[in-house]
Amino acid sequence: MATKTYEEINQKIKKGEAVVVTAEEIIDIVKEKGVKQTLKDVDVVTTGTFGPMCSSGAILNIGHSNPKIKIQKAWLNDVNAYAGLAAVDLYIGVTEVPDDDPLNKVHPGAFRYGGGHVIEDLVAGKDVKLRAISYGTDCYPRRKLETLINLKDLNEAFLFNPRNAYQNYNCAVNLSNRVIYTYMGVIKPHLGNANYSTSGQLSPLLNDPLYKTIGIGTRIFLGGGVGYVVWNGTQHNPTAKRGENGVPKGGAGTLSVVGDLKQMKPEWLVGASFVGYGATLTVGLGIPIPLLSEEILEYVSVTDKEIFTQVIDYSEDYPNGIVRSLGEISYAQLRSGEIEVNGKKVPTASLSSYSKAREIALELKSWIKEGKFELGEPVELIPGPESGLSFKPLKERAVE
Amino acid sequence: MAKTGVTKRIVIRFPKRLVEEPIVYRLIKDFDLVMNILKAYVTPNEEGLLVMELQGDADKFEEGIRYLKDKGVLVEPLSKDVKRNEDRCTHCGACVVLCPASALVVDKDTSKIIFSDEKCIACELCVPACPVGAMEVHF
Ligand code: SF4
Ligand code: SF4
Repeated sequence: MATKTYEEINQKIKKGEAVVVTAEEIIDIVKEKGVKQTLKDVDVVTTGTFGPMCSSGAILNIGHSNPKIKIQKAWLNDVNAYAGLAAVDLYIGVTEVPDDDPLNKVHPGAFRYGGGHVIEDLVAGKDVKLRAISYGTDCYPRRKLETLINLKDLNEAFLFNPRNAYQNYNCAVNLSNRVIYTYMGVIKPHLGNANYSTSGQLSPLLNDPLYKTIGIGTRIFLGGGVGYVVWNGTQHNPTAKRGENGVPKGGAGTLSVVGDLKQMKPEWLVGASFVGYGATLTVGLGIPIPLLSEEILEYVSVTDKEIFTQVIDYSEDYPNGIVRSLGEISYAQLRSGEIEVNGKKVPTASLSSYSKAREIALELKSWIKEGKFELGEPVELIPGPESGLSFKPLKERAVE
Repeated sequence: MAKTGVTKRIVIRFPKRLVEEPIVYRLIKDFDLVMNILKAYVTPNEEGLLVMELQGDADKFEEGIRYLKDKGVLVEPLSKDVKRNEDRCTHCGACVVLCPASALVVDKDTSKIIFSDEKCIACELCVPACPVGAMEVHF
């Protein structure tokens, strides 16, 4: 059986000879040429996804003021940033909102501005207001700091997202008789609409369902710049139910990723607000998959017809941890604009942008073709089904 | 006494039974009003909707509006417009299922979301639902 190595592919990339296609383009190529010929002809397949990813944030080192301060609490444009790190290191999480945000006091709240918007503003080159307080120490006497900061002046600024690129996700519906406001968007009563959030056949982890090429050290497209996979993501659930093609039939694998914020672009990191739910960040992420073997080629040839997810009620079932699927549907059905649930025709909407996912895959493809981006061979793959890892609910215990 | 002229933008909605009637024609003919139709739309349940600019004598204008209301037509002043900030839209599609006027639809070829300004009835349903705040209300 024909195989290729990372090194061989990287040699071709360096010479500008690598053949790169997107996860959409590969589908027809394999159909036309067959597996053997395609494996000979094509070296890398690029993927992409552009959707809200709540478990994201940035680590910033703002530099020392004079006199110095050991920041105890900090706010960026009035959004609290975590300061429980060394003196002037901060972590700004995308779902954080200003202390005086009205939240859901008048339901549904708007959540107009949050940590995701702070990151977008930083990446756009805008000045951001920093306010910090401390208790003062002998070595760090200052107690108050108020200044403008700008991304270009920071010592380090890197995105560090503990959970991105969810491999598959629920399709959310509403069986109740009231509108619900969720992280899956606004869902109308009586099965008024069905919202989903995956780029399907273009999605990174759906093209490498068993994590045969993705692991620690995989170089990726992140927010318009270069990033890396550094760990599996939180809630990584490799033992989720899968089809014969290895593709999970619901949420499964996740990735933890890092990348230099200074290289990123605001069009690929867009602050977002989910009415009644909260603030977040829409993240653009793309992963190249090396065609190391026929097996991998078969994985990347997956089409929307062969990727399935579960229809879940977000009015009662999901909030109360009731595990019940109202049906299994394919992304081809979801993307057709209408699905059938409980005998009713339900219009579908996506929260993740398919057209932007395609743009990411194309952008990554051109980076690799131009020899600007070599593949990172993982030093360790992220845990697969054989690890036995699963995503457990919390067991609450009485506190004495 | 000199007559006062007015120019006003209004939104009128009329029920299915009136869609076939020559309402607009009467408005022009009987009340001598000059009309510029900005948007015209028939909703899926066949309710008619017109956004227009009416120009004419102030008294005749009032009479015309009264005529419409007597006919069972809903008349509201047009005070705002919903526009899409093209730079901000990420083409996710979250707005599509909420729009009652099919002003937001998915282009099957490009997977982009098309916004048809002329179909938009400025109901604002999409405004809070757009995660990135791309749908803007202009007054
Ligand atoms: S919800 Fe907003 S960002 Fe998404 S397609 Fe509609 S207008 Fe564009
Ligand atoms: S305001 Fe938004 S939801 Fe309402 S008609 Fe216009 S585009 Fe559609």
